[in-house]
Amino acid sequence: MRGEVFAAAGIFLAATGAASADTITVEIAKLAFVPAQVTAHVGDTIVWKNEDFITHTATARNHEWDVTIPAHATGRAVLSKPEVIDYFCRIHPNMRGRITVEEK
Amino acid sequence: MLGSRLAAAGVALVMVVGSAAAQPARPTDPQIAHIAYTAGQVDIAAAKLALQKSHNAQVREFAADMVRDHTAVNDKALALVKKLGVTPADNPTSEALVKQGEENRARLAKLDGAAFDKAYVDNEVAYHREVNGALEKTLIPSASNHELKALLETGLKIFQGHQQHAEMIAAALQ
Ligand SMILES: [Cu+2]
Repeated sequence: MRGEVFAAAGIFLAATGAASADTITVEIAKLAFVPAQVTAHVGDTIVWKNEDFITHTATARNHEWDVTIPAHATGRAVLSKPEVIDYFCRIHPNMRGRITVEEK
Repeated sequence: MLGSRLAAAGVALVMVVGSAAAQPARPTDPQIAHIAYTAGQVDIAAAKLALQKSHNAQVREFAADMVRDHTAVNDKALALVKKLGVTPADNPTSEALVKQGEENRARLAKLDGAAFDKAYVDNEVAYHREVNGALEKTLIPSASNHELKALLETGLKIFQGHQQHAEMIAAALQ
């Protein structure tokens, strides 16, 4: 009985979790992350879409992720916890962005 | 030592800036395209030397970035020059860039290990600073064709990134 309740609650949480996770697209154009600042929630995915003809990276200052995004391609990272992540391109450190990750 | 290197790096590009100030005639689009292309080739050659000589992971990664980015920009420049039917024109500035690049590589070739890494990275800082200054002050304002101007503007942002990256590595090598 108790086990069933837990199992039911688990299914419910898993379902809402999947339904509410968003994908947020950040474009890279002419050496800039656009928009440079975004707000997201835990579990969301950031997709970087590189419109430039050169490779860039999205590298978190806290080392949580380091995503390489080839020319005219995409890269992604899943946001795992609430925090403010500053990131930059390792190849062109003049490119900077920030993601504010909020509790779901 | 650093001063003399900076001075050497400045010589070729001062000619561009200087000639623009001294004469009403600004560099033409074919000259500008060739100067920008040559500046890229000079940096690629230095990077290839670094890939042969350096054992420092950070320096090697930077050099590989230089080969990849400058090749991509120069491929764009070649395609644009072809599209516009422009014949790239040799000029005193591009010739000085080639000569200066050869002298720099001869100097670097004699160095090894940490001494090579430091000299290569310091030169990359100085070289990108000079090229970026010339792009900003002379080449971009002088370009007539809007596609050439746009490519030079994107190139400037790329090379400003390289300069910052080189400055970070130079600081880490101290
Ligand atoms: Cu980049």
